[in-house]
Amino acid sequence: MNQNTNSDMLVLKGVNTFYGKAQILFNMSLDMSQGEVAVLLGRNGVGKSTTFKSIIGLVVPKTGEIRFKGQSIRGLPPYKICALGLGYVPEDRRIFTGLTVMENLEVGRRPPRPGFEPWTPERLFELFPNLGALKRHLGGQISGGEQQMLTIARTLMGNPEMIILDEPSEGLAPVIVDQLANTIKRLKQNRVTVLLAEQNLNFARRICDRAFIVDHGRVCHESTMKELTDEVCEMYLAV
Amino acid sequence: MHKLLEVTDLYKSFGGVTAVDGVSFELKEGQLLAMIGPNGAGKSTCFNLINGQLRPDKGRIKVLGRDTTGLKPRHVWRLGVGRTFQVTSTFASMTVLENVQMVLLSASGHLNSVIRRTSRLYVDEAMELLKLVGVEEQWDRPCGILAYGDLKRVELAIALANKPKLLLMDEPTAGMGIRERLKLMELIAQIVKAQNIGVLFTEHDMDVVFAHADWIIVLNYGKLIAEGTPAQVRDNEEVKRIYLGSCKPENP
Repeated sequence: MNQNTNSDMLVLKGVNTFYGKAQILFNMSLDMSQGEVAVLLGRNGVGKSTTFKSIIGLVVPKTGEIRFKGQSIRGLPPYKICALGLGYVPEDRRIFTGLTVMENLEVGRRPPRPGFEPWTPERLFELFPNLGALKRHLGGQISGGEQQMLTIARTLMGNPEMIILDEPSEGLAPVIVDQLANTIKRLKQNRVTVLLAEQNLNFARRICDRAFIVDHGRVCHESTMKELTDEVCEMYLAV
Repeated sequence: MHKLLEVTDLYKSFGGVTAVDGVSFELKEGQLLAMIGPNGAGKSTCFNLINGQLRPDKGRIKVLGRDTTGLKPRHVWRLGVGRTFQVTSTFASMTVLENVQMVLLSASGHLNSVIRRTSRLYVDEAMELLKLVGVEEQWDRPCGILAYGDLKRVELAIALANKPKLLLMDEPTAGMGIRERLKLMELIAQIVKAQNIGVLFTEHDMDVVFAHADWIIVLNYGKLIAEGTPAQVRDNEEVKRIYLGSCKPENP
């Protein structure tokens, strides 16, 4: 393994993000290597979603550095960041309610990554059989959990090198959460880097290599998932 | 025990898909009834039928013995049916306090008051409700910047403001950590027992469901396929296959 090219898939250094006058992120720093699966854990309102929005460009941090594959992406518009190979699954789904399931997927389609099998609607329907049965239904007419599946599937259609998932297991039936865990394991086998935010610690333990504990807008503890102790969880998470 | 809700042979279809397909169940005072089932099973549609947002194609809904089939949501609400939503629905640019005040004003018929400034009415009552659900410290923040789990609590305060006899909660603990989830459900269970109301809720967190539900009904493709105590449902082979998967809820 070449550690040099590996360690800088995503780097955040001293990121400070505000909504108006309210500061949400305080010197947020973290880094991820290619093919790693990591999770941001933390209570409500500590800045997990804001970290993601800062990375993908939905909110521009006031100061700090954000690099993706070595390139500075702070201040770039979201569509340019996405085109660099970074996919984002927002917590509130944001599917196109007036487009069909199939059309929603087509919107997300981007060129395949060299050397990897591209995602197609057919492959995605294997992962999420619900969606396959609803191809021609409007996005606004399918259930909340199905919309969650559609958001994830749409992002995968872009064949991202790295994917950010904000609470992906939320609102999904336990059987679908099982499938989602398998999907993320398969993404990892394809050297896709995955960063997620989760409140579901059991789900995170099944799939993640590393955990960043977030409190008051910064990473206050970092460890491998295996070494994450009950004491730390007790202290920083509402578990 | 009085029946708070009686649903009889309910049907609803959308463009050829039968979302709710002959569902019947009832809910009594003091009961916490969980409705579970795969995504797309028709759970939210059932909620929308009960509180009047959708009109059933067939079937009857009775709230507190009164036929409410086809009534508008505001009329169903006035009869004492509160609800919270799967995707939170608060006024994003209004503060947490104002969101709750407005419900109190509406419930008491003072929404269009011209005698006094409405912003000064029901402040104490609204703060009490915010304290009850644990978001009082954020009273002056606009709802739009609240974390998702906190918004869920504001919604609960809004639903409680009208002193409901029946509370419909669509994924009440979504967006919270497990301890917060259990704490919120404990709070709801306390309110149910103290005020002798009834709660119908959906939830995908089986720890929450199996710790708090008195009775569980299971929907699949719009049909009620199983019901029983948490222990009975947990051991039901079909429920395991279609819904629970590798999830093994704790002994209730």
